[in-house]
Amino acid sequence: MSRISKTFSLLKSNNKKALIPFITAGDPSVEMTKKILHQLVESGADMIELGIPFSDPMADGPVIQRASERALANNVGIRKTFEIAKEFRNTDQDTPLILMGYANPIEAIGFDEFLRLCKEADVDGIITVDYPPEESKEYVGKLKENDIDAIFLLAPTTEKERIQQIIKQATGFLYYVSLKGVTGAQNIDIDQVKHRVAEIKSLTDLPVGVGFGVRDPETAKAVASFSDAIVIGSRIIQEIEKSNENNMLENISKIIKSIREVI
Amino acid sequence: MDNYNFPDQNGHFGPYGGTFVAETLIEALDELKEMYNQFKDDKEFLNEFHHDLKHFVGRPSPIYFAERLTHKIGGAKIYFKREDLNHTGAHKVNNTVGQALLAKKMGKPRVIAETGAGQHGVATATIAARLGLECVVYMGAEDVKRQSPNVYRMKLLGAKVVPVESGSKTLKDALNEALRDWVTNVSNTFYIIGTVAGPHPYPMMVRDFNSVVGKEAIGQMDELEGKQPDAVVACVGGGSNAMGIFYPYIPYKETRLIGVEAAGHGIETGKHAAPLTANSPVGVLHGNRTYMMQNEEGQIIETHSVSAGLDYPGVGPEHSWLKDTGRAEYVAVNDDEALAAFHNLCKTEGIIPALETSHAIAYAEKLAKELPKDKTILVNLSGRGDKDINTVANIAGIKI
Repeated sequence: MSRISKTFSLLKSNNKKALIPFITAGDPSVEMTKKILHQLVESGADMIELGIPFSDPMADGPVIQRASERALANNVGIRKTFEIAKEFRNTDQDTPLILMGYANPIEAIGFDEFLRLCKEADVDGIITVDYPPEESKEYVGKLKENDIDAIFLLAPTTEKERIQQIIKQATGFLYYVSLKGVTGAQNIDIDQVKHRVAEIKSLTDLPVGVGFGVRDPETAKAVASFSDAIVIGSRIIQEIEKSNENNMLENISKIIKSIREVI
Repeated sequence: MDNYNFPDQNGHFGPYGGTFVAETLIEALDELKEMYNQFKDDKEFLNEFHHDLKHFVGRPSPIYFAERLTHKIGGAKIYFKREDLNHTGAHKVNNTVGQALLAKKMGKPRVIAETGAGQHGVATATIAARLGLECVVYMGAEDVKRQSPNVYRMKLLGAKVVPVESGSKTLKDALNEALRDWVTNVSNTFYIIGTVAGPHPYPMMVRDFNSVVGKEAIGQMDELEGKQPDAVVACVGGGSNAMGIFYPYIPYKETRLIGVEAAGHGIETGKHAAPLTANSPVGVLHGNRTYMMQNEEGQIIETHSVSAGLDYPGVGPEHSWLKDTGRAEYVAVNDDEALAAFHNLCKTEGIIPALETSHAIAYAEKLAKELPKDKTILVNLSGRGDKDINTVANIAGIKI
């Protein structure tokens, strides 16, 4: 059983939902990212999504775009992201680590090298934003061979027949994008999300996480009542932007704790 | 190349092209594919399209023998396909007329576009005004500065122009921002992509709408010369004007197809926009796989060209395929050579060409010199240069 699946079943037996924060590797600096990762776990995160910086993050809103730009300015790309991941794994062998990124950096270093680095850093799952299943058969096959979960996005626009196709390829969990839009958008419609998550859950036993647009404990609580995991990204990065080095960890911790308490 | 039939059903040109987008856009692309497949052979749709091309755009555009230029160079005969004479001043309008008509048929009240030099933005704003559609154009903040006349033209036509401040603030970032808009407003918005890039079916659809250029040229060359040209030359940024003229010529094996990229300060300096000529690695961006200027970790690198319309790190996937198969050749011309060709054409033929087009002209001049007088070269004169006079004046140190 993968680390991700184990975490979900443990949470389920405790009647809890997974809290999955997202940060971008190298934002605001390599050193701070390392500290933030541990802080997230200490404050109650169950898994972590670590963004691989990319020059052209088409699915991201302005907040995560800026995080990517800061990381790139610090010379953090895909290889540095793996160094950070590896160091995290050295001190934390329990928390699942999921990488989220775009296809081009992965293709640039090549699938084999990418997989080698994943194994070396003991990464648990990958979300590749611009790899829909029809364009990523070889890649997904290789992830599975290496026991790395291939996590797919489902959108408000994804039709039932397609959801069924995607479920066949997916492992770990399914990531439901709560709204039509980019990360950090604000117009989430809880009832619609509830309806869609129920539809997805009727088709699969895989856990379903919800992300894009979850920014506060109220929304998190509502969404957690019918899903298995909450992904929260832009809200944390805003905290990174607002804070200085002295209060950053504390400010991030406050947000994580406030959500942890309600889900 | 006898039975050239690309892309395949999934939008692949050999290993290139495809549909590399976030899940939210898949349904919109499926819908677009379905509608385009339905309308592309629909008589009524094609009649409307060709009616607009004739009466609104002013097609067919003439082919013109550049006699003084030919004599000055003293080699092969140079002909121009005069896309600069189209309404709005470039080939771009052929495609926007087609896509806007499709938007109307699909009941989308809002269109969006990205633009580099502003030609595609102007062409979109124009047709949106004519059809009564809301129009938003994304343009890199850098391009807004260097193409201010076109920004004002778009505003006059009722479009909202949004300067894009992210990344390198040029065409690629405008495309990112347009994709973000589309993903947010996907139910009421049609994204009119301006070049033969983007996810399937865009590279095919934009090529098809622009291929009126090559189809006309084949008939016109037959009339004028009694034969087809020995070479067809076109500039390549994303590559829509080149694909438009190349595509109908693919079966004409005796005709060389030559795409001219922007060498900027020179390929060897790294400051250029010529992924094909420089043999850049293959990558994935803006929904398709193609040759792409990037660093070794897959970050897209900043490009340079004196012409905003060629300032793009990738290239339409079909050009990548034509390069690999050898059916088309790709070369590059630097800023100085393009500017020299610009000035030369103004004075020799009384035509002010776009800076993008000037790259094709510069190469055609080189090629003409090497060929005997009984050979012919057809250049796609893709756009007029009125929009570039500020840029050219600045370079010359002149304030206008």
